[in-house]
Amino acid sequence: MSTPTPERASQRRHSAERDQSFGDVDRAGLLSALAGALPASCLLAEQEDLKPYECDGLSAYRRLPLAVALPEDEAQVVAVLKICHHLGVPVVARGAGTGLSGGALPHEHGVVLSLAKMKRILKLDPYSRTAVVQPGVRNLAISEAAAPHGLYYAPDPSSQIACTIGGNIAENSGGVHCLKYGLTVHNVLRVRGVTIAGEVVEFGNHALDAPGYDLLALMIGSEGLLAVVTEVTVKLVPKPEVARVIMASFDDVTKAGDAVAQIIAAGIIPAGLEMMDKKATAAAEPFVKAGYDLNAEAILLAESDGTPEEVAEEIAAMRAVLEKSGATGIAVSNDEAERLRFWAGRKAAFPAVGRISADYYCMDGTIPRKRLGEMLTAIAQMEQKYGLRCANVFHAGDGNLHPLILYDANVPGELERTEAFGAEILKLSVDLGGTITGEHGVGYEKIGSMCVQFASDELRMFHAVKSAFDPQGLLNPEKAVPTLHRCAEFGRMHVHHGELKHPELERF
Amino acid sequence: MLDQFKERIRAAGNANEPLCIRGAGSKDFYGNAPQGEVLDTRGYTGIVAYEPTELFVTAKCGTPLAEIEAALAAQGQCLAFEPPRFAADSTIGGVVAAGLSGPRRASAGSLRDYVLGVKILDGEAKELNFGGQVMKNVAGYDVSRLIAGSLGTLGLILEVTLKVLPKPVAEATLRFEMKQTEALDKLNRWAGQPLPIVASCWQDGALTVRLAGARAAVEAAQQKIGAGGTAPESFWTDLRDQKADFFSGDLPLWRLSVPSVAAPIDLPGTQLIEWGGAQRWLRSDAPADVIRTAAAQAGGSATLFRGSPESKAAAGGAFAPLPPALLQLHRNLKSAFDPRGIFNPGRMYSEL
Repeated sequence: MSTPTPERASQRRHSAERDQSFGDVDRAGLLSALAGALPASCLLAEQEDLKPYECDGLSAYRRLPLAVALPEDEAQVVAVLKICHHLGVPVVARGAGTGLSGGALPHEHGVVLSLAKMKRILKLDPYSRTAVVQPGVRNLAISEAAAPHGLYYAPDPSSQIACTIGGNIAENSGGVHCLKYGLTVHNVLRVRGVTIAGEVVEFGNHALDAPGYDLLALMIGSEGLLAVVTEVTVKLVPKPEVARVIMASFDDVTKAGDAVAQIIAAGIIPAGLEMMDKKATAAAEPFVKAGYDLNAEAILLAESDGTPEEVAEEIAAMRAVLEKSGATGIAVSNDEAERLRFWAGRKAAFPAVGRISADYYCMDGTIPRKRLGEMLTAIAQMEQKYGLRCANVFHAGDGNLHPLILYDANVPGELERTEAFGAEILKLSVDLGGTITGEHGVGYEKIGSMCVQFASDELRMFHAVKSAFDPQGLLNPEKAVPTLHRCAEFGRMHVHHGELKHPELERF
Repeated sequence: MLDQFKERIRAAGNANEPLCIRGAGSKDFYGNAPQGEVLDTRGYTGIVAYEPTELFVTAKCGTPLAEIEAALAAQGQCLAFEPPRFAADSTIGGVVAAGLSGPRRASAGSLRDYVLGVKILDGEAKELNFGGQVMKNVAGYDVSRLIAGSLGTLGLILEVTLKVLPKPVAEATLRFEMKQTEALDKLNRWAGQPLPIVASCWQDGALTVRLAGARAAVEAAQQKIGAGGTAPESFWTDLRDQKADFFSGDLPLWRLSVPSVAAPIDLPGTQLIEWGGAQRWLRSDAPADVIRTAAAQAGGSATLFRGSPESKAAAGGAFAPLPPALLQLHRNLKSAFDPRGIFNPGRMYSEL
């Protein structure tokens, strides 16, 4: 095999048309260069050490990288990136590896750049309500550190106990409170990052805006394709004095969906607005004993937070709407313990489903809320079609649906049926006016479904944006944005709104 | 209309002649001087979709902001970022291209926070859709928010989808006599508490604060922070639309965007402070480098918001210069969207 000289590396070129081949990467040369730049404790290259990095939270897809680099500071990140840039080696950045779309799936000819060792809170300033943190700091650790000051970091993805802020930036993570408090993009002031060329760049600052294009917004949700995050300034917000939640039961999912619209029509933006269908509550109830009505077709959780006066006013208003919308049962939390108990089933919906099924596959489409009934009816039909069960949990306030398809990877063919089931849900999400991913990212998993949502010209523009930051295409290749060749090959060629999506391409 | 836009863009590209994308022209003063033949967007108008319970509105670029705000108001909703209205006929395309937000920005978020999707024509007249009409959407890069505030340098905005919110149930305005240092301290301390403060303005020894939210919350906050006076509702609209006296006259108007906790910035001229301390307006004919240095030392940047062409030239452009690595990324992005450089050249930076 030929040696990849830097000359060859410099010939690498990111393209919208085709994925590049990285088969000529010289492992020995790479390892020796990395060993020269990192302390021995910060470089893994033995097969058994690489194993824990073979997948992220989406364990259906696994691959071993050539090496894992665990830099301790920004200078080491720069050094690793410069080496990979020079040698033309793919780099996959990784936080806690809790992602659900395979975004941190290693590249077989590449390096995993784990930011796990960079986990210090550098500064937490209650006066300016900001925290400056390294990328490996856990989401919840920020709120815990801010708690003595009556402050917290608002985005609260379900994985917040483990997921890192660097990963949150990559995915633009949400959570159950983002209808009122926003996503990661609304709660981050500044990102410091390193480009593949090893250049340190700051996006945003500690003011509320920065001159030029909004590259901060572009960085957030870019799935590790544009730059590697080394430092983040997040906004901290005052912890509401009180929070109370209403648990409402419905005998019909469409009625529950309509109730959500009616709450919003009444001028209320609840702090949280979540729905679970019968299968999800049936899985959760034995696990958490939240007191869910197991006969209900849907359970709605509507939370209000703020001052005690404000919460009392809003709870009364929501209660009136829910009663009018035909709720068959309504309970309001009377204290914090009860509030947490009502939420427990929703927060634990995924592990609860994990108890009743060998494996489950979590989808992440977003649809206009009013189409919920159609979507759930279609999912019920798909259950028949694919011979698989599906439980549904729903960030009802913002239309983000998480169908959990139950399967058993040990049964031949079930994973493939599950993938097809999932892809059909995502296609329907797009057809209903929504998107294939609300908060989990495209990653490796949904790259085919991107061909459904976007036309060739839009995909080309995404690739042009990528090239603006990483012309050689080394940061997280083959993720997030499909090449046009991949779309043409994508098994199920979809016709969207009567138009063939990539008419100029040859079919395979 | 759409075909005409495409034709104009192709022709401009072939002739290598710049186009000045323009709605009502209410922000012609903003940024560096407009160049090129005007491409008027006002004929492409109308609300495409407005669904109050889905919390979004989609409108074509030439739709007057006033038309959109009236439609929202009829349903008890609003654009919470309060974009300034420099003229009665400002268009939504111009609002999004300029990316400016009003008094509520510090609490409600900025214009870009409310952008859910855009449809644009790029420099090769290709029609591209990014984002959508749903609140959560992470498919592909967040191009919609990149387009917001890019001053028309990346593409012609055809359509935008914005998140809308209910109008607050109750509002109250309080006024305190207070020196700048004390006002900044109070604002930052209040911002760390769960108080429904949605806007603030300090000028000339008086701090005016706006409360908004649930009736009970506004009443409780009034009790808690107390005050000696009040101001009429028009105070906030005058501030939003820059009709307040502070904004009249010919002295250059600078906008300093700094951390809210930045100490009082000692510069010649008069100041008006918004956004809990994070936006400081300055009327001053002090040299640009003095103002820009002071803003940078405070951890932010200074924009020459309104000024004569000569003053902008002397300032090296309306906007604070970018560090080289960032400028290179800007150039790369500009050539990705507008390879022939026909859209609003120089409006943001001479290099773009």
